[in-house]
This record gives sequence, C-alpha cells and structure tokens, in this order.
Amino acid sequence: MTSGQGPRTSGGEGLDPSGIWRPAASLETLRARAALLAETRAFFAERGVLEVETPMASRAAASDPAIESLATRWSGQGGWQPLYLHTSPELPMKRLLAAGIGPIYQICKVFRDGERGRLHHPEFSMLEWYRPGTSYGQLMDEVADLVRRALGRPDLALERLAYRELFRERIGVDPWSSEVAALRDRALELGISGGESLDLDRDGWLDLLLVHRLEPGLGRGCLSFVHDYPPSQAALARVRPGSVPVAERFELYLEGVELANGFQELTDRAAQEARFATDLAERRARGLPVPPVDRVFLAALAAGMPEGSGVALGLDRLLMARVGARHIDEVLAFPIERA
Amino acid sequence: MASYSTSEFKGGLKIMLDGDPYSIVENEFVKPGKGQAFNRVRVRNLKTGRVVEKTFKSGDTVEAADVHDTEMQYLYNDGEFWHFMDPQSFEQMTADATAVGETAKWVKEQDLCKVTLWNGQPLSVEPPNFVVLTITETDPGLKGDTSGGGGKPATLETGAVVRVPLFVQTGELIRVDTRTGEYVSRAKE
Repeated sequence: MTSGQGPRTSGGEGLDPSGIWRPAASLETLRARAALLAETRAFFAERGVLEVETPMASRAAASDPAIESLATRWSGQGGWQPLYLHTSPELPMKRLLAAGIGPIYQICKVFRDGERGRLHHPEFSMLEWYRPGTSYGQLMDEVADLVRRALGRPDLALERLAYRELFRERIGVDPWSSEVAALRDRALELGISGGESLDLDRDGWLDLLLVHRLEPGLGRGCLSFVHDYPPSQAALARVRPGSVPVAERFELYLEGVELANGFQELTDRAAQEARFATDLAERRARGLPVPPVDRVFLAALAAGMPEGSGVALGLDRLLMARVGARHIDEVLAFPIERA
Repeated sequence: MASYSTSEFKGGLKIMLDGDPYSIVENEFVKPGKGQAFNRVRVRNLKTGRVVEKTFKSGDTVEAADVHDTEMQYLYNDGEFWHFMDPQSFEQMTADATAVGETAKWVKEQDLCKVTLWNGQPLSVEPPNFVVLTITETDPGLKGDTSGGGGKPATLETGAVVRVPLFVQTGELIRVDTRTGEYVSRAKE
C-alpha cells in the first residue's frame, strides 16, 4: 500500500512537478471512495430512485449571491457563447421532475469559484436527490439512513434542532427578531475577533455566529439536522407562512461539518422568479457578476412541478467522515494545486 | 498602497492591522453552503510577537505591510541602541531594545543577524541559529565527570546563562543553539 504525499498542498504553481504528481489521497482512501459510490448507487437502486445526468455546462448560472460560478466558452453555431459550470444540478433535475420522471438522484462534480479551504475545494462531488410527494421531514430520515449506511454506523443517533431555538438557546439571540446591532454586539461579546471591523447584513451576522460558535458543536456523536430557517435564507425552499414564517429548509451536520442541505421545494413559478430577481438585485448592489438566470427552469415550473423535497449532500465530506480525514485534500486524488 | 485580497491569504503573508504589521500564521476558509464566506486567520503581531485570531469577510482587502528580512552584521551597542551594518552596501542602522529583545543575550560583535525591516526600520532582530561564546563564569565541576547528567549553569560573555555539562570550565568556548537556548558542544576559536 502506497500512502499519499501528505494531506496539504498550497501554491502548486511553484511546486516541483516531481513532487506533486502523486495523489494527495492514499490509495486506500481512493478505494473507499469507489466503495462509497457503489454503495450509494445500490442504496438508491433498492429504493427505486432513478439515476440521471444533466448538463454540467449551461447557458444559465446560479443566482445565489453567496455562490459564484466558473465559466467557460463554447465555440460553435457561428460564434461563441459563455457556458457556466453548474454549482449544483438542481434546476435541470427539477425540469425532469416537472416532466414527470418520478424520484431521481444524481452523482456529479459541481464547481464553485473562490472556495478553497479545509472543507472546500473548487470542484467537488455532489449527491443530489429528489422525492416527489415526500416532505422534507421524511427526507431527513432518508438522509440519515444513507449516512448511517455510508459510515457503517446503523445506530448513529439523530437530533433535530430548529434554527431559531438553536440560536436562542445557545447564543441568546433571536434570528427573527433581534436587531442587527444586537447580533453584532453578541458576536463581539463572544470574542469573535475582527467582528468590530466587519460590515455585514443580518444574515451575514447570523452566518458569522453560526460558523464560529454553533457549527463546531453540531453533530457531535450524532447526526444533527438544523431545520426551519429564516425566510431570507430560504434559497429554493418553500416558505411556510404564519406568525413566524419559516423557510422549510434543513442542513445536516456531523462532527461540526455541514454535510447536506435540503428543501421542501419551492414549486411556485412567480415566487421563484421573485427570488431570482432579489438575488440579482443583491448581486448588483454588491458589485458581483450578474449572470443570466434559468428561464427554461421557470417555464418548467409554470408547466407544473410536483410538490416534494430534495437534498444535496457533499460526498467528499461524507468520505472524510468515513475514513476519518480532517482535510478535504486527504480524500481527493488531485486537489487543485496538483490538478 | 499595495493590498491583498483574502483569496491571496497564506502563511507568511505580511499585512497591516490597526496600524501594526502582522504575519499570517494560519488562514482558514469557512463558509456555510448557502451563506457568507469568511477567512478566519491567526496572525502574529510582528512588534509584540503575540498571536491573535481575526475574521475577515471573504473578498475584503487588507493593506500589505512593507516588511522584509535582511542579513546584517552586528557592530556594537552604544548603551542605548544596537548598531548593524548591511555587509553589501555598508549602510548602517540602529535598533532599539524592543526590536532586539532576547537576541541581545546571544550576539557579539560581527555576528550576522536576520534583521526584519518594517518601512525600512528594524522591527526585530534574530540571532544566528548557532553561536560560539566564551564562558565567563561557572562552578568548577568534579574532575573526571563526563556523564553530562545534570549539568550546571554557566554565564556567557554576552550575559546569557545556559546549562552546560560539569566538565566544561570557565574560559572555554561553547556552541549554543539560540532557538532552544541549549548547549550543543565545546567549540574551538
């Protein structure tokens, strides 16, 4: 068994090729990756969920201001046009749902610009699946089943924590009603250094508190599902109206690491178009690129997408949990610096 | 003024924070899948040596610190300042006690030191990894004891005190590792 060359590389452009040709992951880990993929496909085959493929490169790009696409160009048909590498296969998969395909899953590489760190890599393996006619609550149970099987830990306990209670109980702020200044003050009180010079909006402060003070404690020895997010963080989840409206969205954490994000899917065309518009306005305000939104997807929603739930799970991080890796490079054959 | 974006952050990068020069020790990218990205960095204050944590919004920029290392020869101490010379240009510079710090107890005249300059002024001075110094005072050890176990304190010509084996005597030259402050061996001139 040959082991890898160490988990961490940086600044590959300056590295000697003879020092970086080897895989970063051990061959044993690469075999574990193959086993995880095979087991995942078996899991869905048993449950009658169909594997699909959708385009990696598309004319439209993600609108989410927190996610940046990589772009390439396609020459053909009398000129060239930009094509965006998908950041998730969500929209075309929903077009398949609207066409009546039934439950589906996809395993694919997705791409996100600017993301690099211990848990981030600009291209990574995503497992995404959709269950028409299923609630996001039921889907959380299926996610737990899949993760337990992947880790070989059938008895791994599960907890569900509402986003609001999590913040109220562990940090003492209310994500819905606390003033932005109060969130900022709390971040400073909790010793998040540098907080005083940060210019953040409400969701930015909540994210800061989440990643610094809440995430590290989530999923310790169990699967922690955080659910019911502020409507401003709905992404493509349905918002449940009420005195305190919540986005029907969940995130799964294991040992402080975010593994999956799921929605009770938004199926309303007008609401979806409004969210795209909000995203693009936010992008303009922040001086970010304003890519074309997916009009074809909106047409599919107009035709009618069945109610249901869907989830995206980071397979590299799941593999990290399976083999006990601390850095994502330990589970990748060739991280970007060696690519 | 040069500046760096958080995407350029890496260990060793020199940046300005609150008017002081810092060196990045560790840079961590953290981001909720659907949310704001941050760079959580550990930085060393190059004036005080203190390491602190600092969080930036990813994409923010920070001013670069004009900090670089140069090798200089230690000339003499005038009672208040330490005088150094660039062996290539013969340009001379003075460093105060804050910049020299603990290094004062290891260097003697003509030693080559690593001087870190900030805006052209000495910020810190590091001694060579190994120095050879004369013992000015140590208790006479027992004759014939070569075990080296235990040892005894010895004062060196620069004022530093190191533990030496019992067989090493006053007036002898010894080699010391300045990074650990430990005796390495006897030395010849």
